[in-house]
Amino acid sequence: MSEVVGYLGVAFLLFIIGASGVALRRNAIVVFMCIEMMLNSVNLTFVTLSQLLGNMEGQITVFFVMVIAAAESAVGLAIILSLFRSVKSTETSDAARLRW
Amino acid sequence: MIEASDNRIAFLLLSPLFGSIAAYLAGRISERIAGVLASCAVFFSFIVTCSLWSELQPNSSFALSLGTWIATDHLSLPFGFVFDRLSAVMCLVITGIGTLIHIYSVGYMAHDESRPRFFSYLNLFVAAMLTLVLGSSLPVLFVGWEGVGLCSYLLIGFWFTNPEFAKAGRKAFVMNRIGDLGLMVAMFALFAATGTLDIKALNTAENLAKIGPAVGCLAGLGLFVAATGKSAQIPLFTWLPDAMAGPTPVSALIHAATMVTAGIYLMGRMYGVIELDPFVPALVCWIALGTAFLAATTAIAQNDIKKVLAYSTVSQLGFMFLAVGAGEYAVALFHVVTHAFFKACLFLSAGSVIYGCHHEQDMRKMGGLSSYMPATCIAYGISTLAIAGIWPFAGFFSKHAILDGLALSQNPYLLPWLSCIGWGAKVVALLTALYMTRSFVMTFMGKYRGGASAHPHHSEGDNKAVDTHSHTPHEAPLVMVAPVLVLALLSLGGGYYLSHSFLPYLTGTGVGGGVLPLSKMGSDHELGFSGILSGSLPGVIGIGLGVVLFHVATALKDSLRRPAGLFEWLFAGKYYVDEIYDAVIVAPLTFTSGVVARALDKGIVDGGVNAVGRISEVSGELVRRATTGQVATYVVMMFVAASVFLGLFVQK
Repeated sequence: MSEVVGYLGVAFLLFIIGASGVALRRNAIVVFMCIEMMLNSVNLTFVTLSQLLGNMEGQITVFFVMVIAAAESAVGLAIILSLFRSVKSTETSDAARLRW
Repeated sequence: MIEASDNRIAFLLLSPLFGSIAAYLAGRISERIAGVLASCAVFFSFIVTCSLWSELQPNSSFALSLGTWIATDHLSLPFGFVFDRLSAVMCLVITGIGTLIHIYSVGYMAHDESRPRFFSYLNLFVAAMLTLVLGSSLPVLFVGWEGVGLCSYLLIGFWFTNPEFAKAGRKAFVMNRIGDLGLMVAMFALFAATGTLDIKALNTAENLAKIGPAVGCLAGLGLFVAATGKSAQIPLFTWLPDAMAGPTPVSALIHAATMVTAGIYLMGRMYGVIELDPFVPALVCWIALGTAFLAATTAIAQNDIKKVLAYSTVSQLGFMFLAVGAGEYAVALFHVVTHAFFKACLFLSAGSVIYGCHHEQDMRKMGGLSSYMPATCIAYGISTLAIAGIWPFAGFFSKHAILDGLALSQNPYLLPWLSCIGWGAKVVALLTALYMTRSFVMTFMGKYRGGASAHPHHSEGDNKAVDTHSHTPHEAPLVMVAPVLVLALLSLGGGYYLSHSFLPYLTGTGVGGGVLPLSKMGSDHELGFSGILSGSLPGVIGIGLGVVLFHVATALKDSLRRPAGLFEWLFAGKYYVDEIYDAVIVAPLTFTSGVVARALDKGIVDGGVNAVGRISEVSGELVRRATTGQVATYVVMMFVAASVFLGLFVQK
């Protein structure tokens, strides 16, 4: 039981760090990496609980998450690239074009 | 009554209607054609009328139904027309005088750019007026009634770029609507009592008994209100003098010869209902006398030649209603016809004078025109004698018949006052002669007071042509003079010619069916030498007085001015009826409308609508603050929201 707490604790920490990064950092690439971090923390939670409950569905879900994360990173990096082309920066605050 | 169906009535009606459309469309190609087309259309109607009239047998009428108009469970109404002796007389006047005035208009309007529109309206008017006098039921009559009102409005405001003229048209329209309400009330009352609106059916003894005096009084008053609106009697007369804003041929056709006599026609058509309660004819009589007197005195102090004639028309209409009130409907119609002759002649002569004096209407700037325009002067003179009631001119016979008929009235409400009313009518006859003499003297006698020096600012705008042409008055062209002379001839001999045949023609043959009741004077009413003398007396005195006051001794008039000041103030100010109406009706109405507009419309209605917009504006203003454009903000919001929803689910 105790090792489960450790895994979940790491996953929790990873999620908090990722969420704080998304909320606080301005650099789009860092924000993007933080999102990946949150996804991975969720993956870790899935695997841990799957092992604990002896249910394989959690581990299967992780594969889907990884596939979607790969697709998402491809799209996300493309967006960052085109953003850089138009505003010459990767700062998210510079992309606040549609503001009131 | 024998009724024969006849399709010629359709030709009679549709000719001016199509003429109206054709004149407008043809006017697009050439403005010259419009007038000719319109005149031909009316003349064709006149020929058809003559052919129908010549075949009209005693105790018979022609009828035509253009199919069912209204079909409900309670009312089935054909769009029907009846051509009987009363319609025949009216149709002859409308199309006959109408043709003359159309021809005159070709000359009078020769320089106006919108001639096609003018002739189109004028023909439409003739069509509407014929519908009015031919309609077999009250609703069909009402269609014509509204139609002439519309055309009157359109033609008074014909020169609508002048706001004053447009306003005059609106005034006429609104005042006539008040009268129309009376006609509708009468129709409702009559329909409720009898279940029919056919004029002939309404005037049968059986239906008149069904109506009874109480409903008859209501319906009669309604009809009279309608007549006061259309025929310019107290209290709805003030629109007619203002209607002079229209072109002069319009004044002659609509506001003198035909439309304004529609009220008399209505009274004659519905005489059975009018006489159900003797109170109604008595009221008609008193109002008529009041109107005649008021208008005659006002006419004395007017300086606009058309205004004099307008008040004179109001006054003469009062005479016709006097005859109606006394129960002498045929006599009223006789005066309608003779009045159509001499008043149309007066108006057209006045039109020639205005035309000859370069659109000057003020009689103070005329004078001495007899040498410049002799033909017009003769015509105006003849019709002045006719309206003054001098034997053997047309007005003498009808006016004399009215005065005689008045004395024979059997109305219980009028009996004690008959001599008083008779004397009142004689005074008005004298005043008529007086003001007409004044206008004749001011226009045609003495020295010409107009000319370049009198009005140097004659040219409005930069019209070079006006500046260069001579300012001396000139005679009108033949196309205008000829109709005037024909009318002058009718004013001269028309009354004498009709004096023996007219009354028996309308009354002699019949019972019911729209032909008028027998005159109490009897059919063999013979004028002796003394009758001629006494009948002409008020006119002679009036003319004599007029010549002395306004021509021979103008100084005398000046010395009389001081004591006559109050009267002059009253007469020249038209008794301030317009001002009184403004103060009593218009001002409170404007005030209330203003209050309602501000409080109800702007406050509540507009306020409500604006509040809805304001709410979305304010809420949008609040919400848009949240949209910072910073990804971080959105993420935080997302987290907060996700946590809240998660918390809610977990709690469950």
